[in-house]
Formats: sequence, structure tokens, C-alpha cells
Amino acid sequence: MRDIVQASNLVEVENVYFGYDQREILKNINLVVPKGRVVAIMGLSGCGKTTLLRLIGGALVPDRGEIRVAGHVVNRLAADELLKLRRKMGMLFQFGALFTDMSSFDNVAFQMREHTKLSEPLIRNLALLKLQAVGLRGAADLMPSELSGGMARRVALARSIALDPMLMMYDEPFTGLDPVSLGVIGQLIRRLNDSLGATSIVVTHDVAEALELVDYVYYMAAGKVEFHGTPGEVRAAGLPSLRQFVYGEPDGPVPFHFPAPEYRQDLLAQ
Amino acid sequence: MMTRKELDLWVGIFAVIGIGAMLFLSLKVANLASFSAADSIRIKASFDNIGGLKVRAAVKSAGVVVGRVAEIRFDSQSFEAVVEMDIDKRYPFPKDSSAKILTSGLLGDQYIGLSAGGDSVNLKNDDTLKLTQSAIVLENLIGQFLYSKAAEGDGKK
Amino acid sequence: MTRIADLLRALGARIVNNWIWRLGFACRFLWLTLRESGPSFRRFHLTIREIYFAGVLSLIIILVSGLFVGMVLGLQGYDTLVRYGSSEALGVLVSLSLVRELGPVVAGLLFASRAGSAITAEIGLMKATEQLSAMEMMAVDPIARVVAPRFWAGVISMPLLAALFSAMGVFGGYLVGVQLIGVDEGSFWSQMQAAVDFREDILNGVIKSVVFGIAVSWIAVYEGYDAPPTAEGVSGATTRTVVTSSLAILALDFVLTALMFRGQ
Repeated sequence: MRDIVQASNLVEVENVYFGYDQREILKNINLVVPKGRVVAIMGLSGCGKTTLLRLIGGALVPDRGEIRVAGHVVNRLAADELLKLRRKMGMLFQFGALFTDMSSFDNVAFQMREHTKLSEPLIRNLALLKLQAVGLRGAADLMPSELSGGMARRVALARSIALDPMLMMYDEPFTGLDPVSLGVIGQLIRRLNDSLGATSIVVTHDVAEALELVDYVYYMAAGKVEFHGTPGEVRAAGLPSLRQFVYGEPDGPVPFHFPAPEYRQDLLAQ
Repeated sequence: MMTRKELDLWVGIFAVIGIGAMLFLSLKVANLASFSAADSIRIKASFDNIGGLKVRAAVKSAGVVVGRVAEIRFDSQSFEAVVEMDIDKRYPFPKDSSAKILTSGLLGDQYIGLSAGGDSVNLKNDDTLKLTQSAIVLENLIGQFLYSKAAEGDGKK
Repeated sequence: MTRIADLLRALGARIVNNWIWRLGFACRFLWLTLRESGPSFRRFHLTIREIYFAGVLSLIIILVSGLFVGMVLGLQGYDTLVRYGSSEALGVLVSLSLVRELGPVVAGLLFASRAGSAITAEIGLMKATEQLSAMEMMAVDPIARVVAPRFWAGVISMPLLAALFSAMGVFGGYLVGVQLIGVDEGSFWSQMQAAVDFREDILNGVIKSVVFGIAVSWIAVYEGYDAPPTAEGVSGATTRTVVTSSLAILALDFVLTALMFRGQ
């Protein structure tokens, strides 16, 4: 964490442990996200990265350790203080999670109507502004069921930046998208981050897109941070599990075969 | 997706017909349209035996409902039943009217029959009826009958 | 011997985990719903929207069922009463059956199947597609915004639907008894008016329908909120809503009837 540790870290995760009943999901996680940066948290499915995102957002409480966002200790905030903090955070869920009973426009306007006392004409302009930023102003009146996957995710993105948050969190934003939409989302993440002056955390296992996009990478495996560095350092890394991850090698530290009894035994058994 | 105006309209219609149904049930099916306590006077009457008379039973005169039984108490001084009833102010009764406990039909509900007296002064609120006739209790009637039959038999001998 | 002990332990664990723990959570959930009910009334349009989906869309099934039930009561009632020469009491039989029992109970069962299951499915699906989590992350309490309006919509709709059911039923009985069979119209209505008491019968029927409304709405929102976020989870929750609501209605009906109509 040498060169990116700055006095102005927006998010600091310190010695965090988290688990369910018997299973430990996160073990002694330490990471920081400096202000204004786009940081990726990458790893194989099940390594705990989405859980970490939920912890930062305060949806889960760690068993041990502290999580600080903009100086507030998230896991010790009172309910109403957590609400106030959340208004400054935006989260893009994996498949958008748009409210299916209202139009795209109403989805984007949702937070403005719930949390501000702005007049309807003003809200209309702001919502259209956000939709314009993601290129979907023309789709404002469509219902979520009428949108394609990529479009739905963009509307969800417009919704999450509705109140100009200082921290944007993306849960697998690239999953299941066609190449064009992939490019669009990647560009939007960077553009919005820079124009809003915000900080972004991107949880993903899409290596190619992520390494193009972000300023810093944390690589997680089995609940621990195994490596962190700039994209260049990640590509050049010698760590076998990281190499397997970055270059998509089918066999390596993560074996191809799920643990099973010897092949011969299985075939000859009655 | 319906506009707010459409939703309001339909829900309004729903509320109106729902309340309409309740009014229909209350007024046409039940007997809510009977009088309220403000238009009535409260009078008392004591009975040896009220039989199966219940609160809210009818008070009828000449077969017309003129009031309702409001309260039934037991007087532990006189060991009699005290019945309080509300009589519609539209029907003034003389002070010396009498009250009988009657049965509608052979096995029906019991009600109070009010017979007008001849007094020139009418009943006022909190007056008490002096003349009352208790309910006919079937067991007593049968007992009387058997007793009188037995007495007849003795007499004949 | 140890097998029996294991069976008992498994049974005990099942009872505690499935029933007692869930019942406890359901009670706490009801408390949360009531506590977060402010917005349901301050922003009444939220509740109005849910009244439309729960109440207005149930109108057809309630009105049609009420009509048919009333007509059957008319037929069966006449068939029995005419044997004792009391066919003019048909109005009394139809109206008392409906207002005291069939109106609240059958309307409640129909409401549970139609609206209750829809509410469960909706909330369950919103949970499965992360809409509720998204709402939380946007600092909007999903219980206040999604759950409570649906709960109150059910409580408000039930008495109205039960009254409509009873009214349609009386009309159905009238159609069959007076128009079809030929029972005297005058006696039909006048005997009915004499026998049906507002406080004893109508009001008690309304109280029953409110109680049923609370029970069904509570069960529906709870099962939806608690459903596992999968297709099987939501489908199981919907089924549970209908079954549990129906049993609750019938059990509560017995309790309320015993309290209210205990031999006057």
C-alpha cells in the first residue's frame, strides 16, 4: 500500500473478519480506497468480494475489525446516521435491481422524491440529466421489463448517481453483457467517477475490462487479500494463483478437478 | 402502469360501493333505522318473573313496536326483577299503563306488551309502572294443571 | 434406543427452528410493520395503490362468489324451511348466515387466495431480485415503503369486501327465493329486518372481517419478506400464505364466534 496510501482515504477497511455460523468468509482484510480513485476488488467466485462490498455499505456487520467511510465507522453507526451516510453512497447491483413496478424515469427519480423536497419540474430535469449521462434519456418511459440487460444496468447506474454520491460501489457490473455494453459501462464508470469527483469500488472477475479501467487492484482468494497493486503490477505478477486468474489458465493452484475419489475406483464400483 | 388519478378513481369507487354495501346491510337487512335513545323516555317496571325476556327485546302496544328493553336488573331488597325500557317520545302513555310479558308465537321470543290506562297524566322520564304481569312460565303452568287435576280427583271421591 | 432419541431431537429441532423461531420473527416483523406505518398514511397514495391491487382487483371474484353463495343459500334454505312451513323465514336464514359467518369467512378465504398470495409473491420476488436491498442502500426502509402499505391495504379492503360479499349474497338469496321460487317478498324483508340486529350481527361481522384482514395481511407480508430468494422459495412462500391464512381464518372464526354469539 506504499504509494497509494494518502491522508485522504475515503474508505478504510481494517482487520476485518466476517463469517456465517461455522464458515469464515473474510479473514483479516485490510484495504484502503483513496479519494477520487477507481479501485477494483477481484477474485474468483466465492472469495468474499461481494460480502466485502456489503460490509462497506453497512448492510452487513463484521465480526471483528473496523470499516471507515469518510471518517465514519460504518459498523458502529446508529440507524439514522447510517441512513445519512447511505445517501452519499451509490450502489449498482449485479443485474440492476430496478424497481419493476415503475418506469425507468421513476426509478431514477426515486431517491430525489424520497429524500429531497425538490419540485417535480426540477426533479424531472435532474432525472433526465442523469439518464442523458448514461445515454438513455429516450428510454425514460420504458418499464424495466422492456429494457435489455445492458440498458437496465445503465438505468440502474443513472439511478444510483441520482444524488451525486461521493462513493460509488459496483457489484459485478460487467457480468453477462455483450461487448458493446461492456465497453459502455466501463467508460461510464470512469467518466462518472471523474466528473462527479467521486470514488469508486468495482467488484468484478472480468480481468480484461477491470485492468483497462481502474487505478488500483486488490486480488482476493479464500477470504484474504493475496495481492494488491496497479494494473501493470498485476499483469507482471509472479504469484501463481494470480497468474492463473489473470491469464485464465484452466489448471493451477485452483485445480480443474473437484475433489473426488480415484477415477478407477469410481468406474469399477457397482 | 396506471396513473395516480386512475388509481384514486378506482379505489374511490371501491370505497363507495363498499360503504354502500355496509349501509345496505345496516339499514335494509338489519334494524338500524329504529329510534335513538335521545327521542325516548326511560321508564321502569318490576316483575316477579321475567321469563326469557332479553335486553333489546321489543316493547309493543297493540302489536306495534313502541320501544326497547334497555336494562334488566335484580333488586335484592324486593327480590324482584327490575326492567328499564326506552319508550319512543312519539307515543305518550298514561301514568297508569300496565306492562305484561308476552311471547310472540308459541315458542318465540318474549317481549313486553304495554296496555294504556285511563289517567289524564302521561308517563315522564324515570317513572315506574305500577301494574305488571309476569311472564307465564311453562313449568308453573303444568304444575298448576297437575295440582288442579289432583284436587279435582280428590273432590270427586 | 438412540434412534428414538435422534428422532426426538430432530423433531424438537424442527419445531423450534421452523415454528417457534419463525413465529417469534413474525411477531417482531408485525411490530416493525406497525412502527413504520407512518408513511403509509402520511403518503396515503402509497396505500391507495395497494388497495387497488388487493381490493379493487378482488371485486369480481368477491361479487360473483357472493351472488352464487347467496343463491345456493336461497335454494337450500327454502328446501329445508318449507318442510316446517317456515318458508317466509328464508330472508332470516340467508341474511344471518351471510352476515354472521359466510360473509367474513368466505370473503377472507377468497382474499387470502387472490390478494394474499399476490402480495407474498410480489414481496418475495422483490427480495429475490435485490430490489429490497437496493432500496435499503438508497436509505429507504423497505418495510416502510413496500411492506406497510400492503399490510394496511389488506386491513382496509377486507371489511369492505366482506360487506360486499354479504350484500351480494342477500341479493342472490332474494333473487332465488322471491323472484324464482315465489316466497313472499314482504315477509322475506320484514322478517329479515326483525331478526338481524345491527350491533349483534352486522357489527360483529365487521369486527370479524377486520380481524381476518389483519391476520391475512400479516401472514402475506411476512411470508413474502421471509421467503428464500429463489423460485422454489417464493413459490413455497405463496403456498404457505394461502394455507396458513385459511387455517387462521377458520380458527379465529371459531374463537370470535364463541365470544360473540355465545347463546344470548
